[in-house]
Amino acid sequence: MTILFLFKFHISPGQTQKMNLFQSITSALDNALAKDPTAVVFGEDVAFGGVFRCTVGLRDKYGKDRVFNTPLCEQGIVGFGIGIAVTGATAIAEIQFADYIFPAFDQIVNEAAKYRYRSGDLFNCGSLTIRAPWGCVGHGALYHSQSPEAFFAHCPGIKQEKENPTDSEIDLDMEQVPIEPYTIPLSQAEVLQTGSDVTMVAWGTQVHVIKEVAAMAQEKLGVSCEVIDLRTILPWDTETICKEQLLTFFKFSKPIVQ
Amino acid sequence: MSLKGRGRGTAHLYVVGAWPRDAESPEERPQFPGASAEFAERLEFIQPQVLAGIPVYRVMDRQGQVLRPSEDPQLPKEQVLKLYRTMTLLNTMDRILYESQRQGRISFYMTNYGEEGTHVGSAAALDASDLVFGQYREAGVTQVSPGVLLYRGYPLELFMAQCYGNARDPGKGRQMPVHYGCPERHFVTISSPLATQIPQAVGAAYAIKRADASRAVVCYFGEGAASEGDAHAGFNFAATLECPVVFFCRNNGYAISTPTSEQYRGDGIAARGPGYGLLSIRVDGNDVFAVYNATREARRRAVAENQPFLIEAMTYRVRPGKKPDPPLRGLGKVGGGIGHHSTSDDSSAYRSVDEVNYWDKQDHPISRLRHYMARRQWWDEAQEKAWRKNSRKMVLEAFEQAEREPKPPPQLLFSDVYREMPPRLRQQREQLERHLETYGEHYPLQQFQK
Repeated sequence: MTILFLFKFHISPGQTQKMNLFQSITSALDNALAKDPTAVVFGEDVAFGGVFRCTVGLRDKYGKDRVFNTPLCEQGIVGFGIGIAVTGATAIAEIQFADYIFPAFDQIVNEAAKYRYRSGDLFNCGSLTIRAPWGCVGHGALYHSQSPEAFFAHCPGIKQEKENPTDSEIDLDMEQVPIEPYTIPLSQAEVLQTGSDVTMVAWGTQVHVIKEVAAMAQEKLGVSCEVIDLRTILPWDTETICKEQLLTFFKFSKPIVQ
Repeated sequence: MSLKGRGRGTAHLYVVGAWPRDAESPEERPQFPGASAEFAERLEFIQPQVLAGIPVYRVMDRQGQVLRPSEDPQLPKEQVLKLYRTMTLLNTMDRILYESQRQGRISFYMTNYGEEGTHVGSAAALDASDLVFGQYREAGVTQVSPGVLLYRGYPLELFMAQCYGNARDPGKGRQMPVHYGCPERHFVTISSPLATQIPQAVGAAYAIKRADASRAVVCYFGEGAASEGDAHAGFNFAATLECPVVFFCRNNGYAISTPTSEQYRGDGIAARGPGYGLLSIRVDGNDVFAVYNATREARRRAVAENQPFLIEAMTYRVRPGKKPDPPLRGLGKVGGGIGHHSTSDDSSAYRSVDEVNYWDKQDHPISRLRHYMARRQWWDEAQEKAWRKNSRKMVLEAFEQAEREPKPPPQLLFSDVYREMPPRLRQQREQLERHLETYGEHYPLQQFQK
């Protein structure tokens, strides 16, 4: 099972279209629903298009049995999603904000993460994906701004992806995104810029901040920063990080800033 | 509207407001999207009437006599014998595995004593391909055809293998005893957390509804687990998403030491069903035909109408013999003394002997069915004796075999965490292997398969 705290695909050859993060999510869901007839997308307010517009148009296109609302109950959403995946169908569950994932913690950690292991691989829920936006509403205060990834980072049996989300609903990052389906390798960090003095590792919104810091450090302090987007929390790319950190460490023995 | 109980009193489920004297114009009716109902001009709270609650459906009396011939499912003799053999074989296996735990041969066990009627009666009512999500006391469900264990039904060897956690366990020895699973027999592997299977069963039913219009999902849980939030979530999702799932609640009066008076204040679990929009029924769980009938009809309609059903089967936890049986010898009588929640429990701490005696002597699903069979000359003492000897022999053979098997290889600690083993787990496995090469003498490696 994979928990996706937003995700963004990067440029590759082929026809592209300018899309913001949420549009690229809709595109990915569209592709998944198109090529996998068992796939269903569900969660709170998913039917009308979702509070972050990630599912706009999908219900009309794929039908109400495939794109549908559930009652307001995160433990139910994840438990229900596990059940779908146990039958082999593809389940894409949406948690409206990552701050609300906690009622589903038991289903995620005690059930989904352990399904394959505890059954001796007789059963699994590998075809379950849980999506949860985080850090997206600037005025949201305690309960629309949390970064709960650390709670799940030590849970064997799940994979946790976290890529460049955006600062706010309005100010969305636009990129050229391929239209046709393609795959990117999970568990690989991306070196966004090379540097020789300091290695900085970030994920999600902080990637934008760190890129600004790297520019400021270069301009004001003459410090050359390596910037790495970790992308995947679990499993995380130890090889890339350690290799890059080692290079900067041996060069000038400067501290690691994360 | 009110629901009349049998005999005394009336259970009011809805408030009866003032009826209009003439037809109401549309403006006079409530227009709320959240509920369609009449107005009421009298302040009156709905009474949750517990004393005269939902009646208990039964087919036989306590002496196994059918009360209304039309309700007798009239199962063929062979099937009734199968029901009986399954329940008693389960009972036999329970005795032996319970005793083996007391002797330290397996770590833990949970018996099914007194509740055999619920498991076996409902299992017989399902189609072979219906998907089952259980709690832990549903070993009986996987024994569909005990008389021919070798070619149908889950083999005794595999029950034993799981309890011993040996190398033949399809679950690879990872879980506590009684956490069985079998994809070929459509029985999802049990997990220890309670009620987590309930919303999962609903999701599975939703996917099955899309894929195959003939299968149902059945979800078992106890009355204690029904207090969990997952139960509420499951009921609500099943109703709103129109899932072909049968919720089967075994209400045996206790959740470990907690009696139902401390578990809920409403009229049990069946009374919650209507609150979610579920068709619901309460049955006598010790009456295998009542359980069979209710499950059969609920299952049929769940599939035909794409809606969930709730069955609450009332029963009791008992244990054979007031003294512990001599180790692995003799079957003892069916029915007896206090049944514990599990081998980690001693229920004499919270249940009186008098309370348990009634259930043991007056009402047991196995003896009730035997009376039914005897009445029809389908069973007698000679057959009983032969079957006891044979079933005990089968169980003991499987048991002795399981004792001799090695444990699974230690390398299996690392596989199946993910579908493909990630590098860091492979490294850990290699570390363990190197460690064992050097320090292996300090570990009981001879008990484990290589």
